[in-house]
Amino acid sequence: MQQMTAQPVIEARGLNLTFHTNDGPVHALKDVNLSVAKGEFVSFIGPSGCGKTTLLRAIADLEQPTSGSLTVNGMTPEAARKARAYGYVFQAAGLYPWRTIEGNVKLPLEIMGYSRADQAERAARVLDLVELKGFEKKFPWQLSGGMQQRASIARALAFDADILLMDEPFGALDEIVRDRLNEELLKLWARTEKTIGFVTHSIPEAVYLSTKIVVMSPRPGRITDVIDSTLPRERPLDIRDTPEFIAIAHRVREGLRAGYDGDA
Amino acid sequence: MRRSLPVLTVVVVLIGLWYLLVIPMNAKWERDQAARAGTELGLGTLVVNTMGQDRPVLPAPHQVVVELWNSTVVEEFTGRRGIWRSGSLSNRSLVYHGLVTLGATMLGFVIGTGAGILLAIGIVYNKAMDASVMPWAIASQTIPIIALAPMIIVVLNSVGISGLIPKAIIAAYLSFFPVVVGMVKGLRAPDAMQLDLMKTWSASGGQVFRTLRLPSSMPYLFASLKVGVAAALVGTIVGELPVQQGGLGVRLLSGSYYGQTVQIWAALFAAAILAAGLVWIVALIEKRVLRRMGMAP
Repeated sequence: MQQMTAQPVIEARGLNLTFHTNDGPVHALKDVNLSVAKGEFVSFIGPSGCGKTTLLRAIADLEQPTSGSLTVNGMTPEAARKARAYGYVFQAAGLYPWRTIEGNVKLPLEIMGYSRADQAERAARVLDLVELKGFEKKFPWQLSGGMQQRASIARALAFDADILLMDEPFGALDEIVRDRLNEELLKLWARTEKTIGFVTHSIPEAVYLSTKIVVMSPRPGRITDVIDSTLPRERPLDIRDTPEFIAIAHRVREGLRAGYDGDA
Repeated sequence: MRRSLPVLTVVVVLIGLWYLLVIPMNAKWERDQAARAGTELGLGTLVVNTMGQDRPVLPAPHQVVVELWNSTVVEEFTGRRGIWRSGSLSNRSLVYHGLVTLGATMLGFVIGTGAGILLAIGIVYNKAMDASVMPWAIASQTIPIIALAPMIIVVLNSVGISGLIPKAIIAAYLSFFPVVVGMVKGLRAPDAMQLDLMKTWSASGGQVFRTLRLPSSMPYLFASLKVGVAAALVGTIVGELPVQQGGLGVRLLSGSYYGQTVQIWAALFAAAILAAGLVWIVALIEKRVLRRMGMAP
């Protein structure tokens, strides 16, 4: 476990977020309290409508909380966004079809005003990091779905944000590719020591990846359980067959079920 | 080659149907002539005669081709006023009139495309324009251009503008519309996720436009340009009708004044060839641009 003396990277206190729709208000987040320390890998898991994506988007300043406090790196989410505190990876790779892989990775760097030499150097480095060396000049449609998602992760890493926010990044990929990318993501996390916020609806994925699992439930979206993983940081794929892994997965499942019971 | 075979087949069928139509269309005049002269008309003679009248109701395809040839190559190279003898294009040749039309078409197309893109940007970025411009743009296209064109020419003439500009403005009037419609759709093509991504990078409005909205709109723009360039040609020809200072429109109108149906058809085909050429050029540029952008194989 991380020591809690340092200032948390992400901290939510009494966070509420209500969407006003034509069918009346929707409580996407209700009284959310959360503290994420530097270097943690936090998964947000829950059924659809539990607000896990909304929470991630609020951290990224893509949604505005209705009440409560939310800080990222000790700043407001807006200030953190403008300070380029995080990289965001969406469920779809969202690469621009008219740019090469390298061009896509360079896009945020271009927007942020990095020099050309710096852009090239950084693009080469992050593409190497996600094992896409040799694909720089390819266009997105020439790559498989898994490779496209790796390129989008490279794009989020390119500008040295120390937080990586990922919204079901592997949700659209098949299980075999997903397993491999999960393994690679853990390696990448170990190498870069970033703080990662990861939204998923897969229990094995959440347990395999995380140091902290935040279990959420819908209507209203709230946190029902926060599990600190006892698994070691070094995790081969077959750790998923150990009793420890199964015990944590069980607790996550219980948490999800409790959310449903409360709902009924 | 594989693509040209179906096209050629259709062309051959159409020409065949055309020839078949020529016979009944022009037969009445031949029968009247024969009756007046008191001669008997055999079927063979009738068919042959319908294909070679001076002022047929419907000229045969080869007559139109011959007229096209005569009023371009023959006129320019053997005519007294042709480029070969006089050093300038003959005002009786379709080359001259085609170039007059082409000039106004191109100017109108450029004005229309520019105006269309600017309006589209306004519509996408300005709420008031979004709510107000499109109904007017649609209304503008419901007014028959043939009714509007003379008024544009009269109004502009009264403020001292005549010649190329009024025709180009009529061409622009027709060609801006498809560009507005296409570009509004194109500039709005980026989905919420792509725009969110831009926000996570704190991209400025100008950066979002330049790196996301504009490239996204390219396929839409070119589709619009193909419609727009053909519309500009139609606008120019309509604009030439009341002015009578050269252009394919003049040839069409003077042909109808004097019952020169062959001349009308030749001018029509010249206009069609010009339109096809312009659309082909736009398509060629489209292919190049999209290939360079990696969006076409």
